[in-house]
Amino acid sequence: MQNWTDACGVDDIEDEDVIRWDHAGATFAIYRDPKGQFFATDGKCTHEAVHLADGLVMDDTIECPKHNGRFNYKTGAALRAPVCVNLRTYRVRVSEGRVQVDIG
Amino acid sequence: MTMTQPLVAKRDYSLTGPSSRHAVDIGLTAAEWYHSEVPRKVMKELMQRRDGPAIRDTIVWIGLLAATGAGGVYFWGTWWAVPLFVVYGVLYGSACDSRWHEAGHGTAFRTGWMNDVVYHIASFMLMRNPVNWRWSHARHHTHTLTVGRDPEIAFMHPTGLWLNVLHFVGLVDAYQSLKVILCNALGFFTTDERDYIPASELPKARTAAQAHLAIYALTVGAALLLGSILPLMLIGLPRLYGCWHMLMTGLIQHGGLAEDVIDHRLNSRTVYINPISRWLYWNMNYHIEHHMFPMVPYHALPKLHELVKHDLPQPTPSILAAYREMIPALIRQRREPGYFLRKELPPTAKPYRDEFHQFVPSRAAE
Repeated sequence: MQNWTDACGVDDIEDEDVIRWDHAGATFAIYRDPKGQFFATDGKCTHEAVHLADGLVMDDTIECPKHNGRFNYKTGAALRAPVCVNLRTYRVRVSEGRVQVDIG
Repeated sequence: MTMTQPLVAKRDYSLTGPSSRHAVDIGLTAAEWYHSEVPRKVMKELMQRRDGPAIRDTIVWIGLLAATGAGGVYFWGTWWAVPLFVVYGVLYGSACDSRWHEAGHGTAFRTGWMNDVVYHIASFMLMRNPVNWRWSHARHHTHTLTVGRDPEIAFMHPTGLWLNVLHFVGLVDAYQSLKVILCNALGFFTTDERDYIPASELPKARTAAQAHLAIYALTVGAALLLGSILPLMLIGLPRLYGCWHMLMTGLIQHGGLAEDVIDHRLNSRTVYINPISRWLYWNMNYHIEHHMFPMVPYHALPKLHELVKHDLPQPTPSILAAYREMIPALIRQRREPGYFLRKELPPTAKPYRDEFHQFVPSRAAE
C-alpha cells in the first residue's frame, strides 16, 4: 500500500548530505546524493540505534556517527562492520519542490 | 582516606555478570551521551575523509621501519644496533596501535581497502585478533568505561599497580594476547568474546588467529634455523621492547577518571603532548574529542579541539602532568569507593550531567 508523505523541501538538504525526519513515532533519514537525487531509509543504525542523520554521506554510503559502520543508503546494504543487518529503504519522489516518502 | 583503609571490593568487570545487567537496568546503556555543540556544516567538513595525510604518514612509517630494521640487521652484534632497534621497536610496538585504531574506525584513509590493509598489518604487530578487536572497540565506544559493558577498561578497581608497571614492558599484555590468539585459532572463545562478537564473525576470527600464529611459527622457525634471535627482534619481540610509548600514552586516556557516566568529559582525558608523540599516536591525545566525535579523522582532531575546548575541562598540559594527576587518583580509587578525578569545567562549558551518576553502585552507597 502506498502512503506518500510530505517530508521536507528539496532545499532542506544539501548535495551529499542527510537530514533526520520524524513522523508518526518513527524516525527516518532523508538523503540527497552528489547528483541531487533523494533517498530515504530508517533513521537509526541497525547496530546500536544511533541516529544516522548525524553521520557522514560519502557518494552512495552513509557512515554511522558512533561506530563508523557503513550502509549503501540507496539499497540499504550493510557494507562495513560493525553493521551486519541491512537498513530498510523507502521510495522517494519529488513533487512541487517537496520531498515525499512512501512510508507504506 | 588512609593507607590502612581496606581495598575497595573488586568490581565485576565481566560482560555477562551482575554489573552488566545493572548497567542495563538503570538505563546507562540506553542513555544518550553528551556532545558539545558543533554546527552540522562545520562537522561535515571535519568528518571529510582524505587519503593524502594517511598515505604520507604510512609511507614515512613503513620507510622508517624498513630503514631502522635493515640497519638493525646490518649492525647486529654491535652497539649501533641498539639505537636502531630502540626506534624500530617504538615504530613497531607502539605506532602500530594508533594505526590499528584509526584504520579500524575507517577514518585514516578515504579508500576502504587502504584502511583494511593497515588495520590487518597493525593488528598483527599488536598481537590482536583483528576481528575480536574491531567488535570490542565498537563496544568501548558505545559504553566507554561502563563496568560490565566495556571490554577495554585498562584499570579495573582495585587496580594492581605493579601489574600496570609490568605492562610497560609488554610481558603481561603480550602473554595474554598470544593466549587469546592461540585459543581463537583452536576455535575457543570466552563468554565475554561471544558477548561482543556476533556469531557470524567467529569463523573469521578463528582464521585471522590461525594466520597470525602461522607467521609467528615461521619467525620462530627462522630463528631456530639461523640460531639467532634476530628474526624475533624484527617480528614479535618489538611488541615487548617497543610498546612503552603505546602504554605511556594509552593509559592516560581514561586512567583515574569516572566509570559509569554518560559524559566523555568525565571519563576521558585530553592531553597536550610533544609533536613526535603526536605523530606516533596520531593525535589520540585529543581523546575527549575523539570519543565525542569518533568520525573525525586523526588529522582533523586539532581543529576540532580548537572548536570545542571552551566546553571541555582544561587539557592536561603534558604526559608527565597526566601521570602526576592519574597515579594518586588510581591509588585513592583502590581504597575509596566511587572516587574519581572530577575535572573543573570552564565557565563557558555546559555543566556535567549528573543524573545517572548517582546510580553507580559504589557511589550510591556513600
